[in-house]
Amino acid sequence: MSQDVVFQDVVSQDLMSQDVMSKKIWIVLQHREGRLHRMSREAIAAGQRLAAALSGQAEAVLLGAGMESLAAEASGYALAAVRVIDDAKLASYTPGGYVSALAPALRAAAPDFVIFPHTYQSIDYFPRLAQEVDAGLLPEITGFDDATGELLFSRPVMGGKLVAQVRVKGEGTTLLSVQSGAFSADAAETGQAPVEALASEEITSDREILGVEEVGGDQIDLTKAEVIVALGRGVGGADKLGPSEELAKLLGAELGASRPVIDSGWLPRDRQIGSSGQTVAPKLYLALGISGAIQHLVGMKGSSTVVAVNKDPGAPIFTVADYGIVGDLHEVVPALTAALEELSD
Amino acid sequence: MRIAVCIKQVPDTEARLRLRQDGRWVDEEDLPFVINESDEYALEEALTLAEKTEGEVVVFSLGPARVKEALRKALALGAHRAVHLRDEAFDGGDALATARALHAALSRESFDLILTGSQSDDSGYGATGSVLAGFFGWPHAWLVMGIDLEDGGGSLRVVREMESGMNEIVRIALPAVMEVQAGINHPRYASLKGIMQAKRKPQEVLAAADLSLDPAAVGAAGSRLEVVSVAFPQSGDGAQMIEGDASTAAKTLVEKLRKEARVL
Ligand SMILES: Cc1cc2nc3c(=O)[nH]c(=O)nc-3n(C[C@H](O)[C@H](O)[C@H](O)COP(=O)(O)OP(=O)(O)OC[C@H]3O[C@@H](n4cnc5c(N)ncnc54)[C@H](O)[C@@H]3O)c2cc1C
Repeated sequence: MSQDVVFQDVVSQDLMSQDVMSKKIWIVLQHREGRLHRMSREAIAAGQRLAAALSGQAEAVLLGAGMESLAAEASGYALAAVRVIDDAKLASYTPGGYVSALAPALRAAAPDFVIFPHTYQSIDYFPRLAQEVDAGLLPEITGFDDATGELLFSRPVMGGKLVAQVRVKGEGTTLLSVQSGAFSADAAETGQAPVEALASEEITSDREILGVEEVGGDQIDLTKAEVIVALGRGVGGADKLGPSEELAKLLGAELGASRPVIDSGWLPRDRQIGSSGQTVAPKLYLALGISGAIQHLVGMKGSSTVVAVNKDPGAPIFTVADYGIVGDLHEVVPALTAALEELSD
Repeated sequence: MRIAVCIKQVPDTEARLRLRQDGRWVDEEDLPFVINESDEYALEEALTLAEKTEGEVVVFSLGPARVKEALRKALALGAHRAVHLRDEAFDGGDALATARALHAALSRESFDLILTGSQSDDSGYGATGSVLAGFFGWPHAWLVMGIDLEDGGGSLRVVREMESGMNEIVRIALPAVMEVQAGINHPRYASLKGIMQAKRKPQEVLAAADLSLDPAAVGAAGSRLEVVSVAFPQSGDGAQMIEGDASTAAKTLVEKLRKEARVL
């Protein structure tokens, strides 16, 4: 990676003078501790593919304070440009800061699509940015397809139980976010992109950051567990955990849970698996009464073997499971315990 | 404190879904509907804040006739009044179009705080509250896991969920829009008294014309997104489904986990 990244002067005509027919795609990259977020690399892969499909150009946008090395990292991808807003006022993320920094640039350049990684940070501000610049807003895409000659985006609806195909109507810019794992970070093409400063106007924050805290609990580390028995809302109540606990004990497993189990107070918060909880990759993951929403799947899909027990044959958890049993977990769990006990006898 | 809560009625997550004839959405016939999960938490948060400040809670919902059940439940839980945005012109809106209509209804009165859930369990845009804040020009926060009044009611100390088990604490000036995440509190149950009282509480119904809204600016017509089809996801490689009654299936599974997957 080159050390001597030069910030060229902003040439505003440069933003305007592109071939009117050629589609322009911006990818807004999120970063953390001086490195690009994994999902930013997935967003680059998505942007490159979208640009190829539309015979357009993909450019990355970075914002923050002290951006040289991040710009250098981003310039290592096959992009038409890496455009940087480097401002001390962007040292910490606030939605007001990010929206006020990006809105004038978006109005001036009027890209066709602006891609964001579907992270909690992006979701916090990019809908607001869409409203501000009067752009279309398409959160959480998992893919796109133009095989029929029309560009259609797919995104999960009904908690992942269905996939919707969505068309974008009307003229102008559309802001969209790309769900985790939908595009492979490794598919992002490397190259050598020029780094340019992106002009911004007054940057204004709308919240004061007071600090961060850990969510708490006893801090059980589920990432080291070899076997996890994970309980979902289908378990039905704090008073119904006994048989699952017994099964977990027999398997030498840790108990994990989906969010509603935690929210309802059936198990403590540090047992939560998923985007807001822990990311686990055990040898064996038993999902009991878990539907398989994306926010849960991102936390467990690295597991080697996944078993799902669910009374709904259409539950999306079966799409990531290796073995599935359609049935009532209150019958299946004791039966599993009995089968295992038989084995050890 | 005057607090508005925007709630959405969505299909019960437990319900088996069937597709509508035209394949563009789920068939709503016989489908059970409930208040969206994170919206229930938003309502509870509003009720608690109103109790602390001797304030008022007005609940808003946009949707067809069935939505009055959700509003009645909110009134039974303790909301003081309900406003139902009900007009065919509102149907099928994306987050921008829905927020535009809500903004028109909410701006008829003045609120110190607007609460919404963080994401709906049906369309799942996770954006309506943020866009609404944009229309007002107010600050907002998404995925809120804690709200405390500060500064004699001038600002909020807000706990905001981040990825992988961390929270950020921020201070946000009022008026503001807070998009509440499930788990922030423990929603109450409706009491018999509450249910009885709900019957006498006012439910106002507003159409696009009542809000001087151009029907072309709201609902499907005012949206940049159009859902062309929905489908059950492809199973990919798919799970090996194990058949039989619980006991047979359990034995087969244990056998497969030992001999095939070799994880036992
Ligand atoms: C920003 C954000 C962050 C989130 N973070 C997380 C996270 O970190 N972790 C997480 O898990 N979720 C998270 N969620 C919530 C997520 O979207 C889902 O709502 C949640 O994962 C659903 O949990 P569940 O599968 O247990 O419940 P449900 O979706 O309600 O599913 C229950 C399942 O149990 C089955 N069932 C019911 N009874 C039985 C029975 N007797 N026997 C067998 N099966 C039965 C049902 O068929 C159903 O499939 C987050 C959501 C948002 C918006």
